[in-house]
Amino acid sequence: MRITLVGQPNCGKSTIFNHVAGYKAITSNFPGKTVKYSISKMTFQGMTSDIVDLPGSYSMTSFDLAELEARKYLLREKIDVVINVIDASLLGRGLELTLQLLELNLPTVICLNMIDEAEAKGIIIDTDKLSRLLGVPIVTTIAHKGWGLNKLFETAFKVGQKSAKSESLNFSKDVEQVIKDLSEDIKKTDYTEKFNVPHRFLATKLLENDQDFIDEIKKKDTEFIKTVQGYQHQLEQCRDRSSDEVVSSERHHLSMQLYESVVKLSKPKKEIRNYLDSVLMHPVFGYISLVVIMYLFFNFVFYVGAIFEEPLLDFFYQFLPYAEETLGADSLLYHIVSGVVQGLAGGIAIVLPFLFPFLLGLAFLEDTGYLPRVAYLMDTFLHRIGLHGKAIIPLILGYGCTVPAVMATRILESERDRFITSVLTTMIPCAARITIIFGLVAFYLGPKAAIFVFVFNIIVVAIAGKILSNIMPEITPGMILEIPAYHVPSIKILLSKVWLRMKEFIVIAWPLLIIGSVVLSLLKHWNLEGFINQLISPVTLLLGLPVAVGVTLIFGVLRKELSMVMLVQALGVANISTVMSSTQIMTFTIFVLFYVPCVATIAVLIKEIGSKRTLFAIIFTFLIAIILATITRFVY
Amino acid sequence: MIVSLTDVKSGSKVRVARIKGGLGIRQRLNCLGIHSGDVMLLQKSGFMRGPVLVNIHGNQVALGRGIATKILVEVD
Repeated sequence: MRITLVGQPNCGKSTIFNHVAGYKAITSNFPGKTVKYSISKMTFQGMTSDIVDLPGSYSMTSFDLAELEARKYLLREKIDVVINVIDASLLGRGLELTLQLLELNLPTVICLNMIDEAEAKGIIIDTDKLSRLLGVPIVTTIAHKGWGLNKLFETAFKVGQKSAKSESLNFSKDVEQVIKDLSEDIKKTDYTEKFNVPHRFLATKLLENDQDFIDEIKKKDTEFIKTVQGYQHQLEQCRDRSSDEVVSSERHHLSMQLYESVVKLSKPKKEIRNYLDSVLMHPVFGYISLVVIMYLFFNFVFYVGAIFEEPLLDFFYQFLPYAEETLGADSLLYHIVSGVVQGLAGGIAIVLPFLFPFLLGLAFLEDTGYLPRVAYLMDTFLHRIGLHGKAIIPLILGYGCTVPAVMATRILESERDRFITSVLTTMIPCAARITIIFGLVAFYLGPKAAIFVFVFNIIVVAIAGKILSNIMPEITPGMILEIPAYHVPSIKILLSKVWLRMKEFIVIAWPLLIIGSVVLSLLKHWNLEGFINQLISPVTLLLGLPVAVGVTLIFGVLRKELSMVMLVQALGVANISTVMSSTQIMTFTIFVLFYVPCVATIAVLIKEIGSKRTLFAIIFTFLIAIILATITRFVY
Repeated sequence: MIVSLTDVKSGSKVRVARIKGGLGIRQRLNCLGIHSGDVMLLQKSGFMRGPVLVNIHGNQVALGRGIATKILVEVD
């Protein structure tokens, strides 16, 4: 059996998915964080099935790539039961998608999630009545607490086994007649089989001018398009509006009618969060709060990290003299052992102390729902560099890891915006590079210097954005973004999310760190290191860095952390400030911050923006790195 | 009086009269529950050419300035 979760953005699909599949899909409180579907096996009361978490879509007409993915999946894959998740506090709007899903005649269960939120807003829903009106079972849930989910899956299995098909609801008579007539014409063709959709669904989509279906039919059958246009014209005449508006307002009215007949409104609860936005989105206090929040976040990461970095480093480095004594400084074994120890030390002592508090803080900001507010505040600034507010979400995610950030650009509507934002996200310091800023700059040059690096980075990103949007002038379509209600994050979900992201570091980066360190040790042992450094020396000499750091720059392309961790090893000291001046440390950091995205990022860039544009991104960021690092050398 | 959404003061209740512009923008707004005829509350008008914030059917939506100018509204 295959259970598919469908619903509008930010209604809790991924939270439900994670509840049964283990924490696998990142959840946050902003619309559109799930950009591709996840699938997992689940066992429920002895029965196993697949569960699929689709990206949120407002309607079955898709506007961005994430919605398109959800639609493709729904129309093409075999689905045994659909769980239509609805944010109960936004029932009226959610029903518009439900009406379209019912037209697909798939076995369907409705999950009214966040029922507590609805009640807090004073919305009391008569679920029995709604279930009768829609003709499908309804289960109420509070997904982040796990409340109601057993019943939800029990119902879903039952519906799936019976494969009880849902039925569509009727619009007003005159509109319904046009839909019926067009359906009859569709029945004469083979389009319902070809697109694998019921004829009524296809009829309403064609009347709505759905680009996908229209284009597909246009390729071969211009005659049929004329028939469709005839019906569109009929609708336009009945209502004196364009046919797509007629259909969408019919759906809207039907949803509103349903909503009004099942909802009793009472007084909303008074809550502090209702007043938060008057400060956090205020024209003046909003920006002040933004700066204060970021400053606190920065200090939290720095002070937590600094507590652990030094003692942990000392702990690991005390082993090296022993190893040197027992194994002999020139032996191959010593080089391997010291490589392993330094790789381990790099991961545990330099990266983890900063990574953990950073990811925790980021997860907290994501789950409270603050990020869409930042998008709102930053919209006007992003307009000046030719993008719009929503682009801030991939950019902020870029501070976590560039790979999901590049994928998050799918929430942007235009291809040009996606390209520019992708290139800019590669220049935002990811967690790995942030640990470099903390571990090198903040640790050796002080926290003020680190803040300077972050601010400087934002300025460079802005200028780069301006340059790119001047190369590709096009008016961005403008921002339309839901601002969800604030939520108190659940500690369990926060920790699961941090763990999911840390696991990626532990499983992929750590082995690489250790292997990288061992390889470097071996290179040193066989004196090959000098050869590589010689190759890179044009860059290192230009930047006034010790020639020995050349090799770390190569490794940094594999994983950005490697640059710093191996720096310690390449220079052969535990305390970098003894061999590098503060100018050199700063130059090195600025260079590592911008130069060439890591391999994982390059791979995702090729997938998202194509290989030519990826090559452009690599050259573009490399040039920026060279120019800025050279300037730093002479100015800092 | 019919004016563009950007010309309305914060805190006023407005009825959507018409959405200018093509199919794309209209459908995207429809998806978020903004249709002609709907009543919404302008919570914050844009400052420094920034976005506006509206409350529609109990939900907050931020609209970039370019989009907001295309929404014509009736003010009571």
